[in-house]
Amino acid sequence: MRIESQIEITPASVVLNGKAIEVKESGDKMLVELYRRYAGDYPKFFKMDTLARLGFIAAEILLQERVTESREKRTVDAVILANRSASIKNDNDYLATISDGQYYPSPSLFVYTLPNIVTGEIAIRHHIQGETAFYVLDKPEQLEQIIKSQMSNHRSPIIAGWCECSAPNEYYAKIQIIWNN
Amino acid sequence: MVYCIGHSIISPLGAGSAANYEAIQSGRSGLKIHTDRFDDVEPFCASLFDEPQAFVPLCIRTIEDALAHCTSDICHLPETVFILSTTKGDNLDLLTPAQQIARHFGNPNAPVVVSNACTSGVCAQITAQRLLEAGMYQYAVVVGCDIQTKFIVSGFQAFKALSPAPCLPFSPERKGLNLGEAAATIIYSSEQPAGSDERLWTLETGSIHNDSNHISAPSRTGEGAYQCLIDVLRGTRPEEIALIGVHGTATPYNDAMEQIALERAGLQQTPISALKPYFGHTMGAAGVLETILCAMQVTNSTSYIRPSYIIKMLSGFGGVNAAIRLKIEN
Repeated sequence: MRIESQIEITPASVVLNGKAIEVKESGDKMLVELYRRYAGDYPKFFKMDTLARLGFIAAEILLQERVTESREKRTVDAVILANRSASIKNDNDYLATISDGQYYPSPSLFVYTLPNIVTGEIAIRHHIQGETAFYVLDKPEQLEQIIKSQMSNHRSPIIAGWCECSAPNEYYAKIQIIWNN
Repeated sequence: MVYCIGHSIISPLGAGSAANYEAIQSGRSGLKIHTDRFDDVEPFCASLFDEPQAFVPLCIRTIEDALAHCTSDICHLPETVFILSTTKGDNLDLLTPAQQIARHFGNPNAPVVVSNACTSGVCAQITAQRLLEAGMYQYAVVVGCDIQTKFIVSGFQAFKALSPAPCLPFSPERKGLNLGEAAATIIYSSEQPAGSDERLWTLETGSIHNDSNHISAPSRTGEGAYQCLIDVLRGTRPEEIALIGVHGTATPYNDAMEQIALERAGLQQTPISALKPYFGHTMGAAGVLETILCAMQVTNSTSYIRPSYIIKMLSGFGGVNAAIRLKIEN
């Protein structure tokens, strides 16, 4: 396996291939700042929950840098992400809409109460019709094992990594573009 | 390929795969109207346990039942990995119940949770196959489970996806889906069990594709499902497929999408099995439960040639589709 590029996003920093990207904002606002800088043409972003925004931004930056630096034309084949807490932050937001005395369930929040929605958002944005999958794991090493066991299926590189949002303004992503060889 | 060495279903229709198989053979359904199960929620038609079940004990019961049919207890071995398929886990926690289940059986490895919406039960089997074929483990205990809650029912009601009456997959009259709860287990081994003449199956191949179209609506062209079917048909011909276990949620768009995908793949003449009128949509359990019952439909009948091939397919939110191909020789 060969790692082509990597992005790491915390509520206070963005690091692409070892180099920090300057940001003014932090937390949830930082994701909006990055959206405006790197996309700006995809208003569906504002419908997404934070987990989906995080994965969307990570993929956006990774794939844009890829085009400008390596002119690699071959498309990405799969999106495989994992975390420990599934979609818990958005689950809690949805729960608030069905609490006692406040029962008005929100279909637009409900859609995001599945962790794999972020993989679907990335697939739609970048026209990826290969595999999308989400795993809930204790450790990132488990994801490495899962990726290793399937890499021979992928002739093009895949997007894979950790994507987690457990509470408002609390998130972490470490996502890579990985080749089989 | 990997070999099924044991399986189990625990649902409102019974405990054990055989009991569930007999229930559907005699036309029993777990679906009924529930009016006061959850506060605030409007009446809904679903297949629920009479007594609300706790997630982890239910998973443990189905794994123990599956083990009872295995020749040896493999759960505690370092060569065994536990794979949980679920969407909402134990009260929105997916990781802790998986760890509790693995610990209960004395398994030393960190468990894997597959949460790929409604395709989880098929994706979990594909993950199992890959980990076993890569030589990372020798056995995989794949358990699928979801328990219905106010959270899930209110969400599907808000989404206007529920049918007020028992669902009608692939019928022009279909009005939506019914929810259900169940737990089911399949144990896979990388090695063929010696001297086994049990009527089990091998999992030959699997495929996962995204529609790349919409996060909550299926593709109008069935693109992802079609690509999965093409992948799992490789090495066989459409006429060799004895049975296709469709997703068959009975929502207008899902079934139309599956129909298009099946036609595009040349499978329009192949018999299909849609089990949600008996169990409802059991979410994380669906792919495991429906795989077992499709296989039993062929293994328990002498009217199928041997070997017979089965395809089990599912689709879900996030635009994800999955399919596997089973081979039945005995």
